[in-house]
Amino acid sequence: MTNAKPSGTRTKGDLLLEIRNLQIEGESDEVWRPIVKGVDFTLKRGEVLGLIGESGAGKSTIGLAAMGYARGGCRISGGSVVFDGIDLLAASEETRRKLRGSRIAYVAQSAAASFNPAHRLMEQTIEAELREGLRTAADAEKDAIELYGRLRLPNPGEIGFRYPHQVSGGQLQRAMTAMAMTCRPDLIIFDEPTTALDVTTQVEVLAAIRDIVDQFHTAAIYITHDLAVVAQMADRIKVLRYGKSVEEAPTREMLTNPREDYTKSLWSVRRLGKQEQAGGEPVLQVKNVTAAYGNTVRVLSNVTVTVPRGRTVAVVGESGSGKSTLARVITGLLPPIEGQIIFNGEALPPALKERSSDTLRRIQMIYQMPDTALNPRQTVYEVIGRPIEFYRGLTGAKKEARIVELLKLIEMDESYVDRLPSELSGGQKQRICIARALAAEPELIICDEVTSALDQIVQEGILQLLMRLQRELNVSYLFITHDIATVRAISDEIVVMFQGRVVQQGPKTKVLSPPHPPYTELLLSSVPEMDPDWLTNLLARRKVTPESIKAGDR
Amino acid sequence: MSESAQTGQAIVPPARIGRRGRMSRVWRVLRKAPPTAWFGMIVIALYLVTAVFAPLLAPYPETELVGGAFEPWGGQFVLGTDQLGRDMLSRLIYGARNSVGIAFMTTMLSFILGSALGLTAAISRGWVDQVLSRAVDVLMSIPQLIFALVLLSIVGSSIFNLVIIIAVLDSTRVFRLSRSVAQGVVVMDYVEAARLRGEKLPWIMRREILPNIMAPLVAEFGLRFCFVFLTISALSFLGLGIQPPTADWGSMVRDNAALITYGDVTPLLPAGAIALLTVAMNFVVDWFLHKTSGLRE
Repeated sequence: MTNAKPSGTRTKGDLLLEIRNLQIEGESDEVWRPIVKGVDFTLKRGEVLGLIGESGAGKSTIGLAAMGYARGGCRISGGSVVFDGIDLLAASEETRRKLRGSRIAYVAQSAAASFNPAHRLMEQTIEAELREGLRTAADAEKDAIELYGRLRLPNPGEIGFRYPHQVSGGQLQRAMTAMAMTCRPDLIIFDEPTTALDVTTQVEVLAAIRDIVDQFHTAAIYITHDLAVVAQMADRIKVLRYGKSVEEAPTREMLTNPREDYTKSLWSVRRLGKQEQAGGEPVLQVKNVTAAYGNTVRVLSNVTVTVPRGRTVAVVGESGSGKSTLARVITGLLPPIEGQIIFNGEALPPALKERSSDTLRRIQMIYQMPDTALNPRQTVYEVIGRPIEFYRGLTGAKKEARIVELLKLIEMDESYVDRLPSELSGGQKQRICIARALAAEPELIICDEVTSALDQIVQEGILQLLMRLQRELNVSYLFITHDIATVRAISDEIVVMFQGRVVQQGPKTKVLSPPHPPYTELLLSSVPEMDPDWLTNLLARRKVTPESIKAGDR
Repeated sequence: MSESAQTGQAIVPPARIGRRGRMSRVWRVLRKAPPTAWFGMIVIALYLVTAVFAPLLAPYPETELVGGAFEPWGGQFVLGTDQLGRDMLSRLIYGARNSVGIAFMTTMLSFILGSALGLTAAISRGWVDQVLSRAVDVLMSIPQLIFALVLLSIVGSSIFNLVIIIAVLDSTRVFRLSRSVAQGVVVMDYVEAARLRGEKLPWIMRREILPNIMAPLVAEFGLRFCFVFLTISALSFLGLGIQPPTADWGSMVRDNAALITYGDVTPLLPAGAIALLTVAMNFVVDWFLHKTSGLRE
C-alpha cells in the first residue's frame, strides 16, 4: 500500500454521488408496488458506503439505481440520483451508457455467471476501455496485467489469457474487480462480491478490493448482508429494511453504538451459543469410508466420524472438501468404495435401494435451499402428510391431527396447511422442511447448510428451533456447514474436513481453542469478526496462506 | 370478478385457496386472452359439441342411403349427397365424432406411453435411459407416414390397429419432450427427498415430477393432436385409415374428389373442417405456451 500512487487529479472528500428521496417500484401481476421508499444518501470521493439489510430490503435495487439503472420489472418512480453534477434520471440513455463502465462500474455477486465463458479474461477485462477508446489494446493489456498484480492474482502476466472456467471462483471475482477498475471509475458498486466464496478465499478478495479502492481513491458502495464483512470494508454503514433507511453512521460508531432496535437485533444474532455436552452412546458411526464419483474422482478418503445420540456434530470445511458427499454416503445415495456406515450398532447396506423403509425413516435430511427442497406444486399438507402416511400409515383425522401437532412444533399453525411453497417466506419454507423430517420421527437428521441461504435473523430462529427440538426429542444432528459462527452456536463436536479427509475432530471447545493444525487455523482465522480492524490485523500476522496449505503442507 | 378478490390476492395470498379462488383466477387469465385464442377456443368448443351431440344434430343417419348419388346443395339435402347417396351434412357431423374422437384417443395413448417412458428414462438414467433413447432414435429415423403405411398394410387396417400404430409412432416425440423437461426436475432436492423416503418410481413420477412438467406437456398435447389428426386424415385419404362406411373427413375428401373437376366445392368441406380445427388448436396452444413460458408481451 505504501508504494501505491494515487491517480493524480482526484482528491478525496468532494461530493460525488447524491441520492435524494429515491423511490423504486416493482411490478408483479400488473400492479406496481413500492420496493424502495424514499432513501437518501451521499457519497464522497474515495469513500466506501456499506449497505446492509436482509434480502428484500432493496439493497441491490438501490445499488443499481446509483447507476441510473432499474432492472426488468422495476422502475425508478421518484427522487433524484446526481452523479458528479449529472442528474442520471434526467440524462439521456446515451449519456448514462457512456458513464457506465467508464466512470461507474459494477461488480456482481456471481463472477462465474457474469463472465462470458467463450472469451478469455483479458478480452473481457479491457473491453470497456477499448469501446470507450481510452487506450490502445496493447496499453490496456499492460495496464490490466498491472491490475491483476495489484489484486494479488497469481501469475498476473498469464492469467488473463485463460478462460473463466480455468480459474477459481475467488480469482474470477478479483478479475471482475480488475475489469471494473480498468477505466479508473469514480464509483464502483460491489454487490455481495464475496457471498458465494469460501471464507478462506473471501479474505483474499476482501483484502484485494480494499487495497485497490484505497489506492485509486475510488468511491464504492458495498452491498452485503454480512455485518462482519461490511465492518472491514466500509467507512460508513447504512442499514436498510423494507426499502427504507433504518439508520446510518460511521462504521465504528455503528458497531459500538447502534441506535435502532432493528440494528441491535442484527448485531445480536452472532452471540447465539450453546453449552457443549459430552457425547453418549453413538447413534451413527462412519468407519474408514472412501468414496468416489465414477472410478476416478476420489472425494472422500478414509473418513471416520461418530455422532453420539442427542448431540450435534458439525462438519466444517470449504466447498469441495467432501462435506456434502459424506451426507450422500450416509444416506445411501452414493455407496462407498470402502468402509462401513454403522447405525445403532448395525452396519447399514451401502445402497439406498437395499435399506428397509424403517432404516430410511430413522435418517432424515434437511437441505440448503428450501426452494428446491419443496415441490412447488405440493401444499404444506401434502409435504408433511406424506411421510406420516408413508411411514406410520396414518390417514384421515389422525394424519391431520399429527400435521397440526408438527406445525405447532415448528412454531407455525394450521392456517398454513393449504399454502403452496411460493406463498411462504424463506424461513417458513425451511421450517416446513424441518417438519417434513420430523414427521418421520427420525433419530438422526443430516442438516446440509440449512441456514446458509437465509437472512441472519431468520437463521437465528431456525437454529434456535433446531436446538429446542434436540432438547425435546433427543434427536441427533450431523450439521454440515462452512459457517463457523453457526458451528459455535449449535455444535457439541466438530469435524474439520479438507480435500476429502478429516483434518481434525473432537469436542467443540477443544477444536476451537489453540493450538490448531494449520488448516483449522486458516479456516478459523478467516472468519470475519465484527472488529473493523480485524482484516488489517489478520493480514499482518498471517503466516499460512491458502496456497501454501493447498500445496500439501497440511 | 369482484374487486375485493383481486386486491386480496394482490397483497397477501389467502391461507386457503378455495374452489372459487381458483375459478376466478382461471377467469382472470381467460379474460386477458387475445382474440386469436378466443377464436380457437370457441371453434374447439363447437367441434366438441358437434362430436358429442352428433346423433341429435345430424338430419339423417350416418351410413344410410337417403337419396341419389351426388345430389346438389339445397332443398332436402343442405350440402347435397355423396357418391353413394348419403347426406353430406350428416356425414360431416358424424365425421367430427369419428375423426376427432379417434385422433383424441390416439393422442392420449401416445402421451401415456411417451411420458411414462420419458419419465422413467429421466429418473433411472444409466442404461435404461440409453436403451429407451436409442430405440426412440431408431423409430424416429423412419419417415412416420411411410412407416405407418407399411405397418398398416402388414397388419391390416382396423381402427384398433390404426390407433395403436400411430400412438406408438407419435409417442417417440412425447418421449423426447417429457424426458428433457423431466431431467430438469429430477435433479431437484425434493425428488431426492422422495427417493430418500423410499418412494417407488410410479409415485415419484406421478406426484413429484408430473405436476411440474404439466404445462409443456399440455401445450404439446395440443400440437400432437393436430399432427395425429392430420396423419389419420392423410391415411384415410390414402385408403388405409378409417374404413367405410364410417364417416371420416379424410376419406370423404377422397370419395368425393371427382366433384372438384366439375367446379363443385363439396369435397373441400371436410378438408376445410380439418384445416379449421388445426388452425384453432394452434392458436390456443400458442397462447398457452406464451402464458406458461413467462414471456412478457
